[in-house]
Amino acid sequence: MTDTSPHESAHTRAPASQRSRTAEMLEHAKRLGKMIPVTIDGNPIEVPLGTSVLEAAQRLGIRIPTLCYHEDLCLAGVCRVCVVQIEGQRTLQAACSYPITAPINVSTHTAKVRRARRHVIDLLLSAHVGECYTCSRNNHCELQDLAAEYGVDAFRFGRRETRRYPIDASSHAVVRDMDKCVLCRRCVRTCIDLQEVGVLEALRRGARTKIGTFMDKPLGSVVCISCGQCINRCPTGALRANDPTDDVWDAIDDPDKHVVIQTAPSPRAAIGECFGLEPGNAITFKLNSALRRCGFDRVFDTNFAADLTIMEEGVELLLRLKRALVDRDSTAALPQLTSCSPGWVKFLEHFYPEYIPNLSTAKSPQQMFGALLKTYYTDLNGLDPRNVVTVALMPCSAKKFECNRPEMCASGFKDVDYGLTTRELGKMIREAGVDPLKLPKSDFDDPFGTATGSGVIFGTTGGVMEAALRTVLELVTGLKVEKFFDHADIVPVRGFEGVRHVEIPVTQVGPVPPLVAHLFNNWKWLKGATLKVGVAHGTANAKKVMEDVKAGGQFSQCHFIEFMACPGGCLGGGGQPTPTSPAIRAARAKAIYAEDRSYTIRKSHENPAILKVYDEFLTDGPCGHRSHKLLHTTYTPRGKYIE
Amino acid sequence: MFLTERERLRDELVELADRFGRSRGALLFILQEVQNRYYSISEYAMQVIADLLDIHPVEVHSVVSFYSFLNERPQGQFVIRLCRTITCDMAGKDQVARQLENDLGITFGQTTPDGKFSLEWAHCLGMCDQGPAMLVNQRVYTRVTPEKIHGILQECRQRFGVHAVADGKELPQ
Repeated sequence: MTDTSPHESAHTRAPASQRSRTAEMLEHAKRLGKMIPVTIDGNPIEVPLGTSVLEAAQRLGIRIPTLCYHEDLCLAGVCRVCVVQIEGQRTLQAACSYPITAPINVSTHTAKVRRARRHVIDLLLSAHVGECYTCSRNNHCELQDLAAEYGVDAFRFGRRETRRYPIDASSHAVVRDMDKCVLCRRCVRTCIDLQEVGVLEALRRGARTKIGTFMDKPLGSVVCISCGQCINRCPTGALRANDPTDDVWDAIDDPDKHVVIQTAPSPRAAIGECFGLEPGNAITFKLNSALRRCGFDRVFDTNFAADLTIMEEGVELLLRLKRALVDRDSTAALPQLTSCSPGWVKFLEHFYPEYIPNLSTAKSPQQMFGALLKTYYTDLNGLDPRNVVTVALMPCSAKKFECNRPEMCASGFKDVDYGLTTRELGKMIREAGVDPLKLPKSDFDDPFGTATGSGVIFGTTGGVMEAALRTVLELVTGLKVEKFFDHADIVPVRGFEGVRHVEIPVTQVGPVPPLVAHLFNNWKWLKGATLKVGVAHGTANAKKVMEDVKAGGQFSQCHFIEFMACPGGCLGGGGQPTPTSPAIRAARAKAIYAEDRSYTIRKSHENPAILKVYDEFLTDGPCGHRSHKLLHTTYTPRGKYIE
Repeated sequence: MFLTERERLRDELVELADRFGRSRGALLFILQEVQNRYYSISEYAMQVIADLLDIHPVEVHSVVSFYSFLNERPQGQFVIRLCRTITCDMAGKDQVARQLENDLGITFGQTTPDGKFSLEWAHCLGMCDQGPAMLVNQRVYTRVTPEKIHGILQECRQRFGVHAVADGKELPQ
C-alpha cells in the first residue's frame, strides 16, 4: 500500500534503453539483497547495496537536513544542503544521492560539514527575495526552517531585495512568484516525472536560470492542468494557489449576500493538520461549527452532490452499456471515463482530446452542487440566486479552474463562485480567531444534510469506482451489495497501486427499480456479463492507461475507468496542507474509509435527500432532461500545441 | 507562418527525427541541424520536435535556452560574437566592441533592423593567445582591431547576395 517508491520513479525520465549502466547495475544489485556494513556518526548499520546515505541515516534516526530531496520524486542532488563527510574522500558528498556501494564511515555534523551547510543556506538566502511576513508560506516554509535550524543570523552573502521577475497570476489555480524560487527543481520533477504533464523546466543557465514554462509563457496559456502538485512540493512560497479569501470575506461581510459553503471529504480529513493534528484525523463536524463561526450562512456536505454524481454517472454508464450491447450502437463510447477530477479532465482535453466522447458528461460534485444551489435551493427558500454566493471547500487547485470554466453556468449564474483550498480555509478560520478543535460538533444544514459513505470515499483513489459499483450492482441485481462484498467494502478497487484492473461478474439480475424504469425495460441483457473496470491515480498513471486504451490493451476492454489527477486521489490534492508524503496520504485515506464505515447509509441511491431531489425537482429522473441541463456538461478539445 | 510552410517544416523534422533516432538522445543533433538551416529554432519547431521524440516542449525549450549557439528568436544572418573574457579584454576588446556598435548602430544583444547582423558576447573562444577574438557565424577572426572591423563587415555584406554563400552553405532567402 505505498505510492510509487522513489526508486521506481527515479528513472522515469529516461527510458530503459537510455539509463546509465551504473544506475541499472545498482538497481539490479539491490534486488540481490547484498548487505553492506556502514558507520554513521559512530553507529554501525547494515544496509542493502545501493541505499543512499540519507536513507541509512534515517534508519538510524540521524537527521540530515534536506531541501531538494522529496520522497515522491526522483533524486536531483542539486541543493547540497544534505552534504556529509565520508572518510577518505576529499570533498563532501550529498547524502541524498550518494549510493552506498562499499563499507564507509560517514560523519554528518563535523565542523567542515556544518560550515558547508551554513554556506549553502546563506547562498540560497542570498538569491531569495525573503518577504517572510507577507509570504503565503510564512511559518511553514522549508527554507525558513532550515535557516532557523542552522542559526542563520546574518545575510552573509547579501540578500536580494529587488524583484527580477513579475508574479505570474494568469492561471486560476497556481500563482508563480519566481523571485522566491531557490531552484530546487522539485516542481520540475513533479510536473515531468510524477505527473508527466511537463509544464515546468529550468530555462537558461547559470545565474540567469529560472524555472519557467514553454517559451516562458504565462501559466494560464500553457498545458498546465492546474493539479497544484507543484505547490504541495515547493519548499518556499514560489508557488501558491490563487487565493480568493478576500473576496469570500467580502461576501460574508455583505449583509445582502447569502453565503453558503460545501465541504468535500478530503479537506475535512486533512484540515486538522493546519491546526497541529496528526494526519489521519477527520474533523468534519467540528469544522461545521467553525465555518458557522466564520460567518457562513449555511454549511452543506459535498457528499450529497457526490451521491448525485454517482446516480447520474452510474445511470449514464448503464445507458451506454445498453446502447453498445443491446442497440449495437457503435457510437456508444466505451470505456466511460470519470469526470470528477478537473485536473484529469483538462489533462484529457490537452493530451487525448479524441477521447472526449468517452468522458462522462456528468459534472463533478462541486459543480452539480453549485447548479442545484442556485436553482433548487433558492426556489425552496425564496432566495434570489443573484444574492447567493456559493463557496466550495476543496482539496484541489484545479477546482478553482473548474468553477471558472465558461461551461459551468447552468443555473444562469456562475454556479460556484469561489473554490477554496484546505490551506486557505485554514487561514480564514485562524483569522476569525477560531480553534476548530475546541468547538462542539454540529451537523450539516438541511435540505441536503444527510450524506452517505459512498460520497465520503470520493476523496480517495478507487472511491468513485467503489461508490458507483455499490449503486450499479444494487440497481441491476436487486440484491444488497453486502451479499457480494463484506460490509459493502469493495476491496479490489482500493489501494495505492498506480493502476488497477478489476473484473466483477454480474451473475444474476433483478427487476428494474422504479427510479430508472423510464430508461430500461429489463436487465436481461446484463445477465452473465462481466463488468470490467479500471482505476488510475496521478496523471502519469492516467497516461499509462490511456496509452493502453489507444493500443487496444486490456484497459480498452474496460467498461468504466476512474481517473484522479493527483497521486492518492483528492486526499493528495494540490490544495491540501503541506507537506505531503506517501505516509501522510495513507493516513488521510484511513480517515476517509473510517468515516465511510461510520455512516448508516453507505450507498448513493439510498440517500433520502437524493430521492427527494429526484422526486421534487429533477422529476424526469437520472439523465433526464432537467438533469442534463443542470448536472451535465460539455468539454473543450484543447490539444497540446500552443500558439 | 502559413499552414503550408508549417507542413513543410514538419516533414523536414520528421525526416531529421528518423535520421537521428526518435529518442531524447537525438535532441541536440536535431536542434543543431534546425539551427544551421533556419538560424533559429521556432516555437512551432520545438513543439513538433517534442512530439516526435515523445518529450515535453518545455524540455526542448530548456535545452535551446541553455545553449548560446541555439536561438529561440530569429537572429541576423551574420551573428557576430566577440569574446569578453580576461585576455581578450586586456588585448583591447572594448575598442573593438565600440567600433562594432558604432558601425552597426546597435548594442550587444541586438539585431540590425535589416536583419543582417546580430551582436553577441561570447565567453572564451579558446583563442586567448591571439586576442581579441571574434566569431562571425562559424568563422573565427583573431587579433581583431577596430580598423579591421569595417573590412570584415564589408566582406559579410558582399556575401549577402542571391547566390551568396556563408560558411560553405547556401543562404536561405
